[in-house]
Amino acid sequence: MTAAPARAGWRLKQPSVVPGFGLTLGLSLAWLALIILIPLCGLAWRSAALGWSEFWAIATDRRTLNALRISFGTAFVAAVVNVVFGTLVAWVLVRYRFFGRRIVDAMVDLPFALPTAVAGIALTTLYASNGWAGSLLKPLGIKVAYTPLGIVVALVFIGLPFVVRTVQPVMEEIDREVEEAAATLGASRFQTVTRVLFPGLAPAILTGFALAFARGVGEYGSVIFIAGNLPNISEIAPLLIVIRLEEFNYPAATAIAAIMLAIAFLMLLVINLLQAWNRKRYG
Amino acid sequence: MTKPHFKLLGALLAGSVQLGTLGFAFADTTILNVSYDPTRELYRAYDEAFAAHWKAETGETVTIQQSHGGSGAQARSVIDGLNADVVTLALESDINAIAEKTGRINPDWRTKFENNSAPYTSTIVFLVRKGNPKGIHDWGDLLKEGVEVVTPNPKTSGGARWNYLAAWAWANDQYGGDEARIRKYIGDLYRHVPVLDTGARGSTLTFAQKEIGDVLLAWENEAYLALDEFGADNFDIVVPPSSILAEPPVAVVDANVDAKGTRKVAEAYLQYLYSKEAQTLIARNHYRPYKPDLAAPEDLKWETKLKLITIDDPLFGGWKKAQPHHFGDGGVFDQIFKQAQ
Amino acid sequence: MADTIPARPAREVASAVNESRPARVMLMALAFAFLAIFLALPLVLVFLQAFSRGLGYFVETLFEPDSLSAIRLTLIVAAIAVPLNLVFGVAMAWAIAKFEFKGKAFLTTLIDLPFSVSPVISGLVYVILFGAQSALGPWLRAHGIEILFAVPGIVLATIFVTFPFVARELIPLMQDQGTGDEEAAISLGANGWQTFRYVTLPNIKWGLLYGVLLCNARAMGEFGAVSVVSGHIRGQTNTMPLHVEVLYNGYNVTGAFAVASLLAGLALVTLALKTLLEMRYGAEIAATRGH
Repeated sequence: MTAAPARAGWRLKQPSVVPGFGLTLGLSLAWLALIILIPLCGLAWRSAALGWSEFWAIATDRRTLNALRISFGTAFVAAVVNVVFGTLVAWVLVRYRFFGRRIVDAMVDLPFALPTAVAGIALTTLYASNGWAGSLLKPLGIKVAYTPLGIVVALVFIGLPFVVRTVQPVMEEIDREVEEAAATLGASRFQTVTRVLFPGLAPAILTGFALAFARGVGEYGSVIFIAGNLPNISEIAPLLIVIRLEEFNYPAATAIAAIMLAIAFLMLLVINLLQAWNRKRYG
Repeated sequence: MTKPHFKLLGALLAGSVQLGTLGFAFADTTILNVSYDPTRELYRAYDEAFAAHWKAETGETVTIQQSHGGSGAQARSVIDGLNADVVTLALESDINAIAEKTGRINPDWRTKFENNSAPYTSTIVFLVRKGNPKGIHDWGDLLKEGVEVVTPNPKTSGGARWNYLAAWAWANDQYGGDEARIRKYIGDLYRHVPVLDTGARGSTLTFAQKEIGDVLLAWENEAYLALDEFGADNFDIVVPPSSILAEPPVAVVDANVDAKGTRKVAEAYLQYLYSKEAQTLIARNHYRPYKPDLAAPEDLKWETKLKLITIDDPLFGGWKKAQPHHFGDGGVFDQIFKQAQ
Repeated sequence: MADTIPARPAREVASAVNESRPARVMLMALAFAFLAIFLALPLVLVFLQAFSRGLGYFVETLFEPDSLSAIRLTLIVAAIAVPLNLVFGVAMAWAIAKFEFKGKAFLTTLIDLPFSVSPVISGLVYVILFGAQSALGPWLRAHGIEILFAVPGIVLATIFVTFPFVARELIPLMQDQGTGDEEAAISLGANGWQTFRYVTLPNIKWGLLYGVLLCNARAMGEFGAVSVVSGHIRGQTNTMPLHVEVLYNGYNVTGAFAVASLLAGLALVTLALKTLLEMRYGAEIAATRGH
């Protein structure tokens, strides 16, 4: 079964008595190639056909840059909000016992399970100036729907579980004795939390941040309903891809897609490194 | 995988597949009409009428499938291989794009049906809040302080292109053809736009349902439909003294109907749009029928006094010239929009 | 608090490692307010809007032929995409979790890729691959094979988007469990399939079910990727999320929310099942938390 070529001094895999390596790895690679790699190579090939100068012209087009800036900017702000409130929610869920904790815990996963288009129309209806939340914010001069703020709201919704679900298990593992020691040594509660606990949670929080951020950058379904879609102001990069397609401008669509793809891949590598760091600390 | 729950899962999955395959009812012929956003209601009524007509005429049952979306997006789908029998889009240039990029529509498609293959026309009007609180009567009023204008993105929406060209034509008259001032007017106009939807229907929803903006630049038919849907006590239609004659054309996708053997019914489908029954439906759905004398007089309630410029006017030189000049990549709209911000 | 004498009363220590009561109440209030505004409110709104014209209208909308066909198509797509991702997800998890080999980290990253690729791009890649303008397009058309704007294209885009779910749930779980059980079974003479069937599968079944649930929810709810490849033919290639958009754009907001409420209901069932699984098999699943 082992498909590994036995070359001197180089081994594809460590020896193991467990069977099925060749089969499962073969299946994995075949499936991966079929669904992910070949289509992505098609995209890369199409954008490579553009030629460097043309690609560069599209990539540095003001509207492209603005769309990328808006996508990354709003995803960043949303991820920051999620880090603050996601960590808080995780803390409340891990440390406090209260009625309905199970339900609240389950609710956190709602954005995973709720289709993004449903989230999009629901949030838009809520935050439009004649919606429940929008009409309350209107007298304060705050507009949410059809502004970049609306994009942030949608991305906060989408990204919340990523932070909570990465931070929560690590929080559960924290040894209470550390806190007791800190308290015994005279640290105030606030000092214990900020100086002792949070540094330990940092890798998990960072990972959650990166996951929420990565997801937010590419999000489409929920955002297009609530964003105003104004070029250079509230037009996200995935929407710009769709718009370029609708203009029959395939080169631009593929070029922007290729840029986003490269960034997504980079972010994943960073996330995997963060997770490795996380595991090393809490192995 | 013999665990009970996997069995159950398997049975459920198998069941749903069966349900699926049973569901596709078999009709004698099926044709697909790929259309743009605001025609949903019109074609829902027309498809029924045509199916009945075809049944009476030939004894065959025909099922018409509909696909709606922004005109550009729909053309893109057909270019990428959506198997449309007929396309009924917002602009000639979207059909031209299909013809040029795929060759699946013969280049002389505009000559196939009467009136350059436009069985109905429309124009661009203003939809304003009840009582017209901002006093918007003409294109110049759109630039008044504090007026928010809702219009879709001309790069993706056919209706928005008509809006843009109508505004351009007004400015051309107003400023005696001084292009710098026309461009300034258009740029200022888009500075008043708070939401730029990708399709005409999206803009209507933004204006009527989300209550954003003071005036919606809309297809005349879309404006009347909004009155029907959201109540005439919420909005007024303002017809500006001048606008543009919008001609949404129709075409048979030649290569597709020949491959599917549906040419006869597809051509009949478009031809029947010129019949008395269809022209009546067209007027009832607030489009301007090509042959108004065939429609019911009570449906012909729109303003006829406004001055309508056509796309073939020397100012624009037809879609073949206007499309790349104004809306192409780096075209006039791109240049103006860059400055506008 | 500054008192550092070790022998402090137990109660005081407890208060030192817990927030004071007002702080606790404030933190909880803040967390609940956040969850209420961002999670509960949209959900409540979906159901309120869905029934705003009464139960009759709700039922009428769902039994409209176009809605039925959207529901049917969504079920078909999920029925094809989920089992495929289940089988291949298990294979991927087995290869990655049970063996040490070169390039494993890279392979894991590739499996994760669909999580962070924009759904629009997931759809676009298939347009580029199979569209009439692509190299393959004319050949497919000549042979009468419809992929784009038909069920196969929608299934492919859905598989792409839900690709990592099952493997992602299983890998940490299987890594945690190690290979000891399997090695024992092999040494006792079991073959590979028997080992998987009788040793591994019972160990991972809850994690597997959990992965399948999430995969299914996403498969039924995907919008962006499917929107690019669907062609939006009413009653033919509109899935439920696309039908929500169609109704919404057709001035039928209540109808849109009616279909949306079905999807939201599915999400709630998914979450309920998941919570039940966790309550009963918490220890086994705990390892897979935080995908």
